[in-house]
Amino acid sequence: MGPGQAKANGIALEARDLRKVYHRGSEDIVAVDGVSLTILRGEFISFVGPSGSGKTTLINLLGCLDNATSGSLKIGGRTVFDGRKSLSEGELTKIRRQVFGYIFQKFYLVPTLTVIENVLLPYAFYKKAEAPADPMDILRFLGLDNRASHRPSELSGGEMQRVAIARALINKPEILLADEPTGNLDTKRSEEIGGVLRRLNESEGLTVLLVTHNPSLARIARRTVVLRDGKIAD
Amino acid sequence: MGTGSKFSGMWHLPFSLRELMMKISVYQVAYKNLLRKKTRTALTILGIGLSAWVLTSLFGFNRGYESALNKDIDNMGFQVLLTAKGCPYEAATLMLKGGTGLRYMSESVFADILKNEEVEQITPMLMQAVFDPNKGESGGISAYLGIDPATFPAMKSFLEFRQGGWFRDPESREAVMGYEAAELEQREVGDAILIPEMNLEFTVVGVLARSGTQDDGTIFVPIRTLQRDFGQEGNVTAVGIKVKKEANIALLENKLYDLPDVQVVSMAQVKTTIMSLVSTAKVMVFSIALIAILIAMLGVINTILMSVFERFQEIGIIKSMGAMPWDVFRMIWTETVILCLLGGGLGIAVSFGLAKATDLLIRRLLPYTPTGSLVAIDGRLALTTLGLILVIGLLSGIYPAWRAARVRPLESIRSEGD
Ligand SMILES: Nc1ncnc2c1ncn2[C@@H]1O[C@H](COP(=O)(O)OP(=O)(O)OP(=O)(O)O)[C@@H](O)[C@H]1O
Ligand SMILES: [Mg+2]
Repeated sequence: MGPGQAKANGIALEARDLRKVYHRGSEDIVAVDGVSLTILRGEFISFVGPSGSGKTTLINLLGCLDNATSGSLKIGGRTVFDGRKSLSEGELTKIRRQVFGYIFQKFYLVPTLTVIENVLLPYAFYKKAEAPADPMDILRFLGLDNRASHRPSELSGGEMQRVAIARALINKPEILLADEPTGNLDTKRSEEIGGVLRRLNESEGLTVLLVTHNPSLARIARRTVVLRDGKIAD
Repeated sequence: MGTGSKFSGMWHLPFSLRELMMKISVYQVAYKNLLRKKTRTALTILGIGLSAWVLTSLFGFNRGYESALNKDIDNMGFQVLLTAKGCPYEAATLMLKGGTGLRYMSESVFADILKNEEVEQITPMLMQAVFDPNKGESGGISAYLGIDPATFPAMKSFLEFRQGGWFRDPESREAVMGYEAAELEQREVGDAILIPEMNLEFTVVGVLARSGTQDDGTIFVPIRTLQRDFGQEGNVTAVGIKVKKEANIALLENKLYDLPDVQVVSMAQVKTTIMSLVSTAKVMVFSIALIAILIAMLGVINTILMSVFERFQEIGIIKSMGAMPWDVFRMIWTETVILCLLGGGLGIAVSFGLAKATDLLIRRLLPYTPTGSLVAIDGRLALTTLGLILVIGLLSGIYPAWRAARVRPLESIRSEGD
């Protein structure tokens, strides 16, 4: 099953003319400048571009972590943002926990909780009703099953990021957003994480949106979106 | 903490149990957060504990003091005391004055007292102070209280004997010694006591157990004997009046005020006077408690707020996981509540443990203290205090929890660069 075929199950995410303008004093910074993008279910897309080109801003808009200034956004056929109307924090939260899993450059593991507790942490706030994931399956998949009762401080950076991935997967997200997930890791660990993301995409059909500076990591993706000054460059 | 092998062992547990262990609650997360900065948490708990201790002891004192005072006054056996005008009743005053200045009233007053329907019984007393050159190094004053064996023991039924019992014969040369008087003069039942000045000898027939009242320092002898020996036939220094249970004491007191040359000492008034003295002390102590509470509260707010600021990014991530503002609020609030309950529990345990010491401390601070236990701490009081501490905790937690609930996930990601 090739993710590029998208299994005829349609569109995961559709952005039309998204813009994000920051006001800094009297200056307007257009971080994302009219991006239109359609992402199919099961796709693996990487976002690359120079620093300040708007990668993080765009992925945050797509992941409902932030409101766009204008444009529209549909997720799974549902319009979550249209025109100027901004979503409330509560509404954003509901979409986020239903659809997305996030990983970042920093891992943000809770130091006093064990690996398994960190992975289960989202359940303290929300548990998807349909088909909950078995946390041990996830840990096994990520090669962490013998680390379940360790503390984060006992893990390597790569292992910590894998715990963060496991935590992002516990509620079976449709889309995984990863903003420079290997920014804090060396080459070997970066490849490890890249491999994990690819396996998740290929064997689980997870849609992956990856922001990275690392060209070899970006190459894992079937599609690469290059950003320049907030616009998609081709 | 075990390792992975322990975890895989768990894998064979029945499904429901496994399910149970596969959960983590907001409360668990909150509890574990507190373990991050153990010293800070411990100090905060200690602070709360301290104020809980002060609070419990104060509440306990508030209740205990009044009931102890009531008991003391009930233990006097009579509710109203009639003395001759200007007559010092207190043994201490008597000793200061060196036994001079005693005034007497005539037994003829009895009939006037008994006329009042409120009166159940009366008991006459005659106080005599005697200089005893053998007492102490340079001599001292001994207080003899002549009492009526027919009425006095019945009124003071709570008095307990260490040795012997009351004299029966109203005319005998027998004596009952208060605990301290007996200690001081080294007397036991069967020994003799002398009044050298008058060349009189009494035989000790009873020694009282310690009561904590002025009875401890008194030597009781039959009133008839004392009257005869000191040439005070027909005179008494005081009359104790026992009032009927349902009777209106104030009304009786008013009628007694009209009697000539007597002074009415109302135990209810004595109590009011003491309580007003104590209430001044109470106001001071309660202000201290209030300050203690405020300090503990600030400590809690500071601790929780600091931990919220330290965890800004983490809270943001928790929100990106799908936590609603209320979830985060609840989590931080739970941390405050845990701190307060632990501190409160500690403080209450300490106040139970140190109730005796607190009692002693208060005794040193107050002008007059009754005999019974001053600090009455029980389960209900402990629960009330714990409830109060909990309310304080919930109040202190509001601001930090609100700050945490407001954190947006983006904030944590933005500050990623630094
Ligand atoms: N909160 C903000 N307020 C003002 N300007 C912002 C804010 N966030 C981002 N910007 C600006 O928007 C532009 C795009 O930033 P963004 O973080 O999306 O870039 P990026 O491609 O992710 O860069 P990098 O590769 O360094 O992470 C930049 O010029 C940045 O300064
Ligand atoms: Mg970025």
